[in-house]
Formats: sequence, C-alpha cells, structure tokens
Amino acid sequence: MKEELFVSGRNIPNIDPHLHIWHWPIPLYLFLGGLAAGILFFAAYFTIMGKEDKVPGAIKLAPMVAPIAIVIGLGALMFDLTHMLYFWRLYTTIRLESPMSWGAWVLMVMTPLSFAWVFIHLREVFPNFKWPFQWLYPIEDFLKKYKVWMAWALIPLTIVLGIYTGILLSAFNARPLWNNAILGPLFLTSGLSTGAAMNILFAKTSYERHLFGKIDLGLIIVELFFIIHMIMGYYAGPEAQKEALDLLMGGEFTVMFFVFIIGMGLVFPAILEAFELLGAKVWAAIPAILVLIGGAVLRFLMVDAGQMTRYLY
Amino acid sequence: MRYAMVIDTLKCVGCSDCVVACQTENNVPVGYCRDWVTESVGGTYPLVDIELRSERCNHCTDSPCVRCCPTGASHIIEGGIVVVTHDECIGCGACIESCPYDARYTHPEGYVDKCTFCFHRVEKGQLPACVSVCPTKCMHFGDLDDDSSEVSQLLKKRKHKVLAPEAGTTPNVFYLI
Repeated sequence: MKEELFVSGRNIPNIDPHLHIWHWPIPLYLFLGGLAAGILFFAAYFTIMGKEDKVPGAIKLAPMVAPIAIVIGLGALMFDLTHMLYFWRLYTTIRLESPMSWGAWVLMVMTPLSFAWVFIHLREVFPNFKWPFQWLYPIEDFLKKYKVWMAWALIPLTIVLGIYTGILLSAFNARPLWNNAILGPLFLTSGLSTGAAMNILFAKTSYERHLFGKIDLGLIIVELFFIIHMIMGYYAGPEAQKEALDLLMGGEFTVMFFVFIIGMGLVFPAILEAFELLGAKVWAAIPAILVLIGGAVLRFLMVDAGQMTRYLY
Repeated sequence: MRYAMVIDTLKCVGCSDCVVACQTENNVPVGYCRDWVTESVGGTYPLVDIELRSERCNHCTDSPCVRCCPTGASHIIEGGIVVVTHDECIGCGACIESCPYDARYTHPEGYVDKCTFCFHRVEKGQLPACVSVCPTKCMHFGDLDDDSSEVSQLLKKRKHKVLAPEAGTTPNVFYLI
C-alpha cells in the first residue's frame, strides 16, 4: 500500500479527510421511508386479501404513522439539500438512470396516497370525529369506493419505495461498502420488518399481534440471510470492498453493527418472537421496539460507514 | 472532440502552481480547491519511489456523477467536459457521493462545484489555467480524437495510467509514468 499525501494542502469542508456530505437527515429519511413503505404494504396486502375485519390495526390504525413518517422524512431530505430553493428542479425532469430521480417521483405519488388512505379510515378509527367541511364527505365516499384500487396501486409503489432506499446507496460504485446488489432487497426487507413491528404495536387483537409476530420473525430471518450474503460478497470482492468491510469487522463500526443491529435489532427480537409463537408470555412491544431501533441504526451505520470507504489508488 | 489532459508525473515537482492558478482563475472560495497535488510514496528505505500527481475532475466518459444527478444539472458538454449548471443543482450531494476521485465539493453558495477544464478559456482557444502556468511544462491539454494532437502523440509514445480504472468511469486525465 502506498502512502498518499496532499502536498498542495486540501481540507475541503465535508470532503476531507473523508466524505461526510450526507448527515443524519439521509439515514433518518431512509428509515422513515422504509417504515412507511412497510406499513402501507401490509395495509394494502390485507385489504386486497379481504381480511379487513381480522387485522383492523394494520389497515386502519398503523397507516396513520405512514404519512407522518413520509412528511418528516421529506422534511429531513429537504433540510439536507444545500441548494434548497431549487428543489423543484427534481420535478422538471425524469431521469431513469438516477435512483434519486425516480425516488422523488415515487414519493410524489406515495405521499398523497398515504394521506388518502388515512383520510378514508379516520372516521372509522374515531367514530365521533366530524369533518369540519361538508364537501369532505363526498370525497371520502368517492375514495372509499376505490379503496381496493388504491391498495393495488400501493403494492408496487411501496415495494419500489422500500427497495429504492437501498438502491439509492448501492448505485454509488465509488463507495465500496454501498456498492453491492443485496442492499436494495436488504433495506426492503428491513423496511417491511419495521412495518410489521409497527403493526404489532398497533395490533387490536391477540390474533393480529401473533400474525405480525410471525411475519416479522420470517422477515428477520430473511434479513439475517441477506446480511450474511452481503458480508460474503465483501469478502469475495476486490480490495476496496475488503477494506470497507474492515470498518464492520474490527473497525470503528463493529460494536454498532454486531451489538445494535445483529444482536439487539435482529437476533434478540427474533428469539423473543419465537418464544411468543411457542406460547411463552412475552410483552410483544419489546421485540417490536427493538426491531424499529435496529432498523434505524442499520440506516445510520450504512450511510456513515459507507461514506468513509472509497477506491484506493 | 474529446478533450483530455496528460500529466507527466516524471516532470512534476509538486509546486502547486496549478492549484493556485485554478483558484485565482475560477474564483474558488477560500479553503476549497478544484485541483490538488498528491504525493504517493511507495517502497521502503532506501528503495523509495515518489510519484507526484496534479489531480482534478477526470471528466470521465462514463461519468457516475452525471448518471446519478436527479435533475440533469451535471451534464456533459461538447468535448466531453463534465459541468454543473448552478441553477439546476439542488445540492443533494448524490454526485459527490458517486465520484471515486472526490473531485466535487459543495460551494458555500449551495450548489456543487468542480473543475470545468476551464471551458471558458478553452472555447477561446486558450489552455486551462493550470496547464498554462505549469513551470515544468508537465501538463498537456488537447483533443484525443485528433491523432496529431500533442496529447494523442504523448499517449502513443509514453507509458501511462489513469486513476482507479477499476471504478469503470473511463477517465480522461492521463498520467505519464
């Protein structure tokens, strides 16, 4: 390995000594986007399957989190733009090669849809609630008629949104830690898992709680599987990727990765959920909250660690 | 037309004149730079090898920054020069993340900025500022599509390399070694 030195002096803010262009808003957004995608995916799926009476929490209650998550996430994204007043430029063009461009367009459709979903369920959740304006009632009736259509639209949109949060990172081949094809599916699975965890928190019946406990357990196992594959991919990869992996294997992100993501975010909640399935009494909120924290830490770790990795020349 | 820069690492003394010339010519804000000089040291004493390189945006033919830009602010103009249109840039940082050479930065005014191969000079028939001031004449600029150009001839005659070819970006800044 050669020793490299800037002899002309170079200390550009957020670039040197290593890249730190994306701060906390980006991983926060990636987490909230994945969470909203997960919640709305299950709401749409169970609506299409006609299980509205069996999982009322997942279809009516939990989706109220989705538009809040999306709006906070979008706010964070906007906050991170350094040339904020020009953000509308995103919507003057569609660039299919740029994941960020189609992410912006998917969100353009997803945001109103998530609001509409909450809008048609709000009076079912709060029966005493009355709309302040009369003209809102016919809109509500109209949207309710097309609820299943909305659900069908949400299925592909939520999958695209969930997978895009990972592909956004993996499209950058300049950052070896990000540049692997499994990151998209991993973030999608993690998003669905956090969505299922949120559904556990909002579950109205023990049937619903158990159902989402089961789903979450399955998703956690898939996620662990993807993480193992990701690590194998780094080991089999070029030197730049091996060096990137050192950050997680003995480097400065090791504790964050093994304790907070693998241990407390995946394995421990999986064990608790498995015990619950076997009939043991577990307070279901514990694994759900751990999964949510683990999902958030995963995004923060990938964004922060990824920016420290680069090509070596 | 495909503009390229050919830099002779055997002639470069690392004086950083190119850096200052660029900062002056392009009004680069204090604390920032569009080009920089890297000293790469290999081997062990007494067999030490030093390479000096004046580095900048490589104006890659397959530029990841142009691919990742969500608004099309980063684009390729005539001659293969990669530029950023300031009032189309939203400052999302995607291009900075995508650059294997860390050649871009966020200008204090918010937009993303980088080396332009001094196209405002090139279109007038002048050389980029960095090339024009080099005291050892180790930097060459020209058209690779023109077989008789100085850069084409140098690349034919001399051993050369590009930085991080494995990143797959097809850079247009070459280093003679």
